[in-house]
Amino acid sequence: MKHLKRELSYHIMLLPGMIILAIFTFVPLFGLAMAFQHYIPAKGISGSDWTGLENFKFLFVLPDSKQILINTLIIALGKMILAIVIPVCFALLLNEIRIKWFKKTVQTVVYLPHFLSWVILASVLQYIFGFDGPINAIISNLGGEPIMFMASNKWFRPLMIISESWKEFGYGSIIYLAALTSIDPGLYEAAAIDGAGRWKQLLHVTLPGILPMIILMTTMSLPNILNAGFDQIYNMYNPLVYETGDILDTFVYRVGIVERQYSLATAVGLIKSVVGMVLILSANKLAGKLTDRKMF
Amino acid sequence: MHKKIKISDVVIFLVVLLLGLSCLLPLLNVLAISFSDSASATANRVKFWPVNFNLNAYKKILNDQQFWRSFVISIVRVVLGTAVNMLLTILMAYPLSKSKRDFRAQGIYMKLAIFAMLFPAGMIPLFMVVKQVHLMDTIWSLIIPTAVPIGNVILLMNFFRAVPKSLEEAAEIDGATPFKILWKIMLPMSLPCLATLALFCIVGHWNDYFTAILYINRTVNYPLQTYIRQVTASFDMSKINNIELLRQYLQVSSRNLNCAKIVVSVIPLLILYPSLQRYFVSGIVMGAVKE
Repeated sequence: MKHLKRELSYHIMLLPGMIILAIFTFVPLFGLAMAFQHYIPAKGISGSDWTGLENFKFLFVLPDSKQILINTLIIALGKMILAIVIPVCFALLLNEIRIKWFKKTVQTVVYLPHFLSWVILASVLQYIFGFDGPINAIISNLGGEPIMFMASNKWFRPLMIISESWKEFGYGSIIYLAALTSIDPGLYEAAAIDGAGRWKQLLHVTLPGILPMIILMTTMSLPNILNAGFDQIYNMYNPLVYETGDILDTFVYRVGIVERQYSLATAVGLIKSVVGMVLILSANKLAGKLTDRKMF
Repeated sequence: MHKKIKISDVVIFLVVLLLGLSCLLPLLNVLAISFSDSASATANRVKFWPVNFNLNAYKKILNDQQFWRSFVISIVRVVLGTAVNMLLTILMAYPLSKSKRDFRAQGIYMKLAIFAMLFPAGMIPLFMVVKQVHLMDTIWSLIIPTAVPIGNVILLMNFFRAVPKSLEEAAEIDGATPFKILWKIMLPMSLPCLATLALFCIVGHWNDYFTAILYINRTVNYPLQTYIRQVTASFDMSKINNIELLRQYLQVSSRNLNCAKIVVSVIPLLILYPSLQRYFVSGIVMGAVKE
């Protein structure tokens, strides 16, 4: 009896959250039907014509969709690689710094960009990489031709990848710095007694010490392969660089919200959700196998 | 033990210094421009120290009614949004932290929550629902659709599971209800975790600009980030189809004003920054697997 009463309380606690989830996560799933329709807002989902896989077929023959997928994959993969490499290297370098106040100050500064929105950083970066901005001033001083970074299909992707890494490397290093502090100092002493120099210690003590964390973070980042970073690109791109900068998410926004082709945008969203779910589940399984930790 | 300064030490020091400066200098530049006169700012003469120091940009902001309206909207949104996020997170995390023996439906709820996290319906279907429940153009459209941050729920659930069972059992013997146990035992035990999650919510709400682009039609109702985006991207980016237009766009004459707006919008985060630094380090470490 008492047990039942307690369980009732648990149900009541979950109720408000579940109602929100029902309305804003489960009900929209019915809207996915639009992907298989020629949806017309005035007619609603029940009144619109069903077209089967027409929208998906259209996507596959649309020349843009191949380019958009390629853009998404290249930008996302570049970001994923740098999101591991730079924070790890930075954590290792910072770990070698013995001047306490300097280390603390640097940490305070490099975490900062993570907390600023892309609205603000885009405006800052557009100035820095602008035609008359500081980067081009340096290039001119060195005798080079100024580069129109924001309009260049050659430069746009690298710029997105590097600026994202710049924003997040400090924050990303926190996890590795924490892993570094948990390495047993005795291991370093033992290595030093055996005559291992700084380089040898790095290879044989430090790296093995943080390897499990590197593997975990790499695995967990795998599902991001379709997330090229909407907020960043949406705030920095323009039609001149659609060719290399348009990604799945910006495409969905433009086609769906701006051009109101609801069915087509929903179809793209559906493909992304399905692939995303498969990737997350696989990554979670893989993480469980490679390390003893899981996301859920 | 005596140590000589090696070349490798110097190199490491310089590389770290350079990376640190790369994060600091762009922001210093924005700060310097905001205190410079409009002409120097437009001519790119300002580096890291104001040229022709003046407060004109800030004086202009003081009289910009929309700026302050948006500022207040953002503050209200952060307070309401974080309160709703935290309330729902706490109420969901506690029952979910129970074992299946103590709460038979735990498994079903957990599966629903994880499914909701794994399989988003996407921008368009959610947009339709928000429209149909008449949240468009209200502040609630910025709060309710994202009211349940499931990642945070899972973090707090794991934290609750680590609280010693004996504490709860003792309270149960004294006849405490689950609500009382949650309030009197679980919450006080998880204050650092709650602080971390609240900070995640605060930063998320403060920085979000896109939800308002989707759900708010009237620009007077924009939160601050959306307003700043609107003024810094002063003409429609999607109309830029040649280099000359883009150049004009990037060469805005009100750069010092825009920079001042950016500075003011960042101040609330800077005020929070010391506590952010204290809590997010522990937050990331405990949620190493979050995200």
